[in-house]
Amino acid sequence: MSIKIEHLNYIYSQGTAYEKQALTDINLELPDGQFAGVIGHTGSGKSTLIQHLNGLIKATEGTVYYNGENIYAENYVMKDLRSRVGLVFQYPEYQLFEVDVFTDVCFGPKNLGLPKEEVEKRAYEALRQVGLKEKYFKKSPFELSGGQKRRAAIAGILAMQPEVLILDEPTAGLDPRGRDDILEQIARLHAERGITVVLVSHSMEDIAKYVERIIVMEKGRVRFDDTPKKVFEHDRELEQIGLAAPQVTYVMRELKNRGMDVDLCATTIDEAKQSILRCMAGRG
Amino acid sequence: MGIIETRHLTHDYQKIDEDGKTQVSCRAVDDVDLDVSPGQFIAILGHNGSGKSTLAKHLNAILLPTQGTVYVDGLDTRDAEKLDAIRQRAGMVFQNPDNQIIGTVVEEDVAFGPENMGVSPREIEQRVEASLKTVDMWEYRKHSPNRLSGGQKQRVAIAGVVAMEPMCIVLDEPTAMLDPVGRKEVIRAAQKLNREKQVTIILITHYMEEVIEADRVIVMDQGKILMQGTPREIFSRVEELKAHRLDVPQVTMLAHELRKSGLPIPEGILTVEELADAISPLVNHTESKKG
Repeated sequence: MSIKIEHLNYIYSQGTAYEKQALTDINLELPDGQFAGVIGHTGSGKSTLIQHLNGLIKATEGTVYYNGENIYAENYVMKDLRSRVGLVFQYPEYQLFEVDVFTDVCFGPKNLGLPKEEVEKRAYEALRQVGLKEKYFKKSPFELSGGQKRRAAIAGILAMQPEVLILDEPTAGLDPRGRDDILEQIARLHAERGITVVLVSHSMEDIAKYVERIIVMEKGRVRFDDTPKKVFEHDRELEQIGLAAPQVTYVMRELKNRGMDVDLCATTIDEAKQSILRCMAGRG
Repeated sequence: MGIIETRHLTHDYQKIDEDGKTQVSCRAVDDVDLDVSPGQFIAILGHNGSGKSTLAKHLNAILLPTQGTVYVDGLDTRDAEKLDAIRQRAGMVFQNPDNQIIGTVVEEDVAFGPENMGVSPREIEQRVEASLKTVDMWEYRKHSPNRLSGGQKQRVAIAGVVAMEPMCIVLDEPTAMLDPVGRKEVIRAAQKLNREKQVTIILITHYMEEVIEADRVIVMDQGKILMQGTPREIFSRVEELKAHRLDVPQVTMLAHELRKSGLPIPEGILTVEELADAISPLVNHTESKKG
């Protein structure tokens, strides 16, 4: 069970004056239950890439396999794929449209043809999972705050009970509290339900804190694909492509330059703290 | 005299039902006194709903106080006759880069403000050139705004405000929808305006790394000013910030954690350099003891 991408190429507006190669020879495999992060500068192809994962964009060349099945095969049921691979777009709250939050979240499962009872059960569960209180269920989505709207929109995808959840910058434009709430809930979903999560983000600190694997995109290609520690070792190269390692990585580098034997792989505050304290203890 | 002064500024939002009756009244800004001197770089932090945007919208009379007074360069914002003068003095840049550009060509968009002020065509030309150069967008003057990146669009929006030659620019989360590179470009443009042209900057943001170079940081919570001080003073109060679930720069947080673990590191560390400077003498000290 996995998503597998082989030799994928994608060209926008092929055959026109605006033709542009957005993705070049992508080869990736996302095993079941992985929590992966995708980072890259604007225009690096991240969003184009993830839209291939549930068949919203069809590759110009190459193949995408879902659980071993070629999704471009003639008899493949694309609708099925879209219910299994849930995609949360950037600013998903712009897509809320129903009269109230609960009805909006019901929209997805209803379209899967599920009985009303099951639809509502799933909607309740999804709203509970994103931590939206019941008093908001019957409110118009437009009465909610930015963070609440975002959660309602994510609940709309969760209600389809996808096996894979892809989120394109789910915290863009939110305040720190809204950001932490959403990321914590996604992490909890991943831990409790074991679903595969793909998180597209600009924030290295967030990525470092949550994911087990980072895919770095640059100009439509995969530049790095490894654990956060390994990827952040390339801090200079990351800077060259408009990204950066988390701030603590730079602290460790600076201390190392000054002759301290600290762990250069530390990417979170806690790891950095432990390493510095260990280093002090060892010497004292 | 200050460029911006608010006295007991209070603003209530009212929710009006279909019959025109007030249903709920909600206090967004609560008795705020704010003084900003010319040439300062002020950063305002706070959660969504803390009242910072409502406060900002009072600074060029988009909103008028429910109670209290706002003076812009000594002009009372409630004086309708002074509205043009107030808006010329205090310009505003908003969050969404796609909502504030109206021209079909970059230079036309920048010319819009001064044109409406009745500035002569020759001077408009000069102002457009100067302001686009300030934000490093001069080479894009003939471009269509819709093909620019978010950071570039925001800089065009800033140039449009700069062309009106305001004394003060209020930026309401100008980087919230941008990527890290775009964010840096916009902040750099604001810092340049402040340093080179002595324009007063009021920057509202969620990103802590954008406030560490400000002259003063104001933290808003529930419509009130919760904390106020230099970045170092503010970020010395890590526990308080955390209690309000506000962000602290990673390096400040690491310094704080190390301090809690018993290392003699001062509070209010803001940069990687500062932290390294605080840690490395401790190591040399222990080494020399050993030797």
